[in-house]
Amino acid sequence: MKDDSKIGMSLIVKTITRLIVGPILIFGAYIMLRGHLSPGGGFAGGVIIALSFVLLILAFGRDAKVSKVSINLASNLESIGALMFLCVALLGFLGGSFFLNILNKGVPFKLFSAGTIPLSNLSIGLKVGVGLFAIFLALVILEGTKKNK
Amino acid sequence: MELYILLIFMIFAALVAIEVKDLLSSVIAMGAVGFSLCLAFLILKAPDLAITQLVVEILCLIILIRATTRKDIPLVVEGRWVFNTVSTAVFMAVFLFFAFHALKELPFFGQPLMSVVKKYLEEGMSKTGAVNLVAAVILDFRAYDTLGEVAVLFTSVVGIMAVLRRPGRNNLKEKNHER
Repeated sequence: MKDDSKIGMSLIVKTITRLIVGPILIFGAYIMLRGHLSPGGGFAGGVIIALSFVLLILAFGRDAKVSKVSINLASNLESIGALMFLCVALLGFLGGSFFLNILNKGVPFKLFSAGTIPLSNLSIGLKVGVGLFAIFLALVILEGTKKNK
Repeated sequence: MELYILLIFMIFAALVAIEVKDLLSSVIAMGAVGFSLCLAFLILKAPDLAITQLVVEILCLIILIRATTRKDIPLVVEGRWVFNTVSTAVFMAVFLFFAFHALKELPFFGQPLMSVVKKYLEEGMSKTGAVNLVAAVILDFRAYDTLGEVAVLFTSVVGIMAVLRRPGRNNLKEKNHER
């Protein structure tokens, strides 16, 4: 990262962002993976993960390639998330009907329980997080190209 | 009691958001409405909805503030205000009349009929194995609705990508340069 100090916000904001982005990302993953045990779920966790990347872009400026997620990769990952959710839905056909919960229910209050619900949470989280981040990226890039004219 | 204070505050903030001239102040008043809606969900004991509302509100505020700052978007307030006011009043009167008669048939607040919900509450944990009943409902009993929601989000992202995509704009730039 050359001429780091010229783009983005001030040094204080950048330092705090560096410290806080990792915990935000882990908290989003926690909310997403424990959606069947505690409040939260795939949607909220996905948006929290997207917000951590949004924080990176806001602090370091859009030209610094901090996040390493391009807009094409974002839209590809978003399609993969939607397909994953559809695959979880089609998995129910192995047991007889659409969206049937065929996996092992497990012990309640354990992380690996509730059959297909954690898989659905994971796919929805991937889809929502990357999709909203892609929307944000598109809007930021739009603003940049308007300024250049 | 706190719920009524919050509702009155939300109505007041929404009126401020409509009436204020500055666009950034209007966006901030919208944020006040959203965050008090989050608090209202917490008071009504719906933490799942509160978390989702809080997070989505933050993202919406970031996008809206980035879109409204550094730009002078004129706010058009002139026009046929007599016709607008009269039509709004007539519509609100019709809506309130029908809503008054329709809402009398609903059960009281906080006392649902429990015809469908009872089955979910009793059999939710044994049938799905999920401790969080909200996750059990939206991802197992009503997963078809969630599939529709995912399709809606996918369509919106595809639409935004189609409108704002980069290759199209680059081609437009090259064409402008050639001329």
